[in-house]
Amino acid sequence: MSQTLNASTLLAVPLAPLVGSVLAGIFGTRLGGNWIGRRLTHSLTILGVLVAFVLSVMTLKSVALDGARLNETLYTWMVVGGLKMEVGFMVDGLTAMMMCVVTFVSLMVHIYTIGYMEEDEGYNRFFAYISLFTFSMLMLVMSNNMLQLFFGWEAVGLVSYLLIGFWFNKPTAIFANMKAFLVNRVGDFGFILGIGLIAAYAGTLNYTQAFAKAGELSALTLPGTSWMLVTVICICLFIGAMGKSAQFPLHVWLPDSMEGPTPISALIHAATMVTAGIFMVARMSPLFELSDTALNFIMVIGAITALFMGFLGIIQNDIKRVVAYSTLSQLGYMTVALGASAYSVAVFHLMTHAFFKALLFLGAGSVIMGMHHNQDMRWMGGVRKYMPITWITSLLGSLALIGTPLFSGFYSKDSIIEAVAESHLPAAGFAHFAVLAGVFVTAFYSFRMYFLVFHGQERFDQNPDAHHDAHHDDHGHGGHDKPHESPWVVTVPLVLLAIPSVVIGYMTIAPMLYGEFFKDAIFVDAARHPVMQELADAFHGPVAMALHALSSAPFWLALAGVVSAWYMYMINPSVPAAFARALKPLVLILENKYYLDWFNENILARGARALGNGLWKVGDRALIDGFVVNGSWKLVGWVSGQVRKFQSGYLYHYALVMILGIFVLMTYFVWLNK
Amino acid sequence: MTLTLGHYLSLGAMLFALAVIGIFLNRKNLIVLLMAIELMLLAVNMNFVAFSHYLGDMRGQVFVFFILTVAAAESAIGLAILVLLFRNKNSINVDDLNSLKG
Repeated sequence: MSQTLNASTLLAVPLAPLVGSVLAGIFGTRLGGNWIGRRLTHSLTILGVLVAFVLSVMTLKSVALDGARLNETLYTWMVVGGLKMEVGFMVDGLTAMMMCVVTFVSLMVHIYTIGYMEEDEGYNRFFAYISLFTFSMLMLVMSNNMLQLFFGWEAVGLVSYLLIGFWFNKPTAIFANMKAFLVNRVGDFGFILGIGLIAAYAGTLNYTQAFAKAGELSALTLPGTSWMLVTVICICLFIGAMGKSAQFPLHVWLPDSMEGPTPISALIHAATMVTAGIFMVARMSPLFELSDTALNFIMVIGAITALFMGFLGIIQNDIKRVVAYSTLSQLGYMTVALGASAYSVAVFHLMTHAFFKALLFLGAGSVIMGMHHNQDMRWMGGVRKYMPITWITSLLGSLALIGTPLFSGFYSKDSIIEAVAESHLPAAGFAHFAVLAGVFVTAFYSFRMYFLVFHGQERFDQNPDAHHDAHHDDHGHGGHDKPHESPWVVTVPLVLLAIPSVVIGYMTIAPMLYGEFFKDAIFVDAARHPVMQELADAFHGPVAMALHALSSAPFWLALAGVVSAWYMYMINPSVPAAFARALKPLVLILENKYYLDWFNENILARGARALGNGLWKVGDRALIDGFVVNGSWKLVGWVSGQVRKFQSGYLYHYALVMILGIFVLMTYFVWLNK
Repeated sequence: MTLTLGHYLSLGAMLFALAVIGIFLNRKNLIVLLMAIELMLLAVNMNFVAFSHYLGDMRGQVFVFFILTVAAAESAIGLAILVLLFRNKNSINVDDLNSLKG
């Protein structure tokens, strides 16, 4: 590709997966009569994603090396008043990086799915969904206006809903996808209010035009209040990000979304869709920079999520849920970085996290396959020697997650901690404590999971619920209960994801955080929020950073986490039980996930139902039906019943009415209407 | 004592009131009803003539002629209807005639 980017070539990036998805979705399922078989379906969809990936890499190359940029409107959907609704692409460093992450992880997940979903009836449907997801996510990240962003935002939400409920015969899956859908509606409501406010006051949905008016917006207040308009806009937008990126208290849907198949947990609920909120805030950085209040709010929410969701990871027994809570916690880290105005650090962590968390999820999926669809870690152990590739890649992923120096997670997470330490916002103190404590918690739960699954005694023949889940186990494993390594379609993606999980941070930290890569994509008000400047002053290359880490708190906290997990689950397994007995009330709170689900189900959902019931009975049935509708016909009936008595048929009655009428008219004209 | 406009108007009002009462009190005979209507018209005529005299405008008395003519025609039609009614119903009793209601 030459120095300039071509909009019609870029159009192929989202459209290729869409074509694959449509073909697979229509002709590969009962809808189109099962014309194309499994082999053709996965070939078509993988081809589509491969095209998107290759084009994305080429785009990244010309953006990073040649400095190419593109901001072009392709199609005007409609013009309402002065408001243009368009479809367009904006390609800069942020977009190009997201495109590559999305298509790469998506490609890996497509390949992995061949192995993971091999025995599932919905094989073709699954491929159609994940390709559709890839299309939606690409539309989201490539957009140059907020309407298309919102389209992509809702479309990924839709596919997430469809995939969480992929096994629609499972009541828990249906509950989980409904929950995800409803919780996301709460967030999206805030998001569309934010977009609406921007459209109302800036008069445009286009990023560049809206950001150009940011200065004007910052002078306004919300009519009728003394709130700064830009603060309200930012908090509304961030509420959208809270829903999509599962920030406290809208995080409740993400752990339940693990009901879906593991490949989509990796793709949607770890690597890409849940990071859409982070991406959106980074994209809107010119607005967020204007409001310290919003940044403080973001930092507090992120810190709560980072620390308290990590705690929940400690007590989970389901392997996927541990990774899910870990995802929540890492999303909290990214959000904290956003609040500290270190947008590029947040996006950097987004990228490294996408690789190692997708790796961890796919590794967990591989273990689940090896364990004949048992997800409970209590009945695993010693898997290392049966599944060597899964073992080594999961170890690498865990090391990256806890921030081992030189691994990718180290660079991004340490940068976040440094950024928070440098931030001067009031919330930074609490956030710094939360992210530091989070390091220990992350290391502890990650290696608790690692030791429980891959080391120690083999416990898989002790599972009391073995083959309880008959739906997935009707395929022949030949009756033997030993785990087995997964086929190459599963292990190759693991290896391919492990490579960036290890090296990507080392390679890209300098250009992404301190170079020109995000220069025109992310705006930081350096005078008011000098965090990035101070980080850059302290940065002397990736190796120096790793060496310096050996003498800093996060490294030792992570090491302490690993050692305590090793001690408690390998050396002396009675310790966790003793802890659980000693801290019973605390464990109870954690097991009930801080009672948020209870609160949502009993207070919010029941309250809403009671309110609806009340409105139905009082408002609808009594007031509208009873009073307005039935009341008016009853009134008319009563009046005509009275009037009917005058029509007796007797002449003199009519004459009387006439004369009375004349009197009334005369009175009116003579006296009252002078 | 001299006759003033007030006397004439009072007479007209009395005639009119008499006619109204005649309409309502009469439950027996349709002919009385017609006569009461005639009386109403005469009350109106009385007013016309009185005003015409006192205002010196002859148009009021011209109007009276018209009303008398119309009243005569109306009585003729009314009596004709009455004859037909009697032929059909064998009664001109007002209380029997209640078929006007829809």
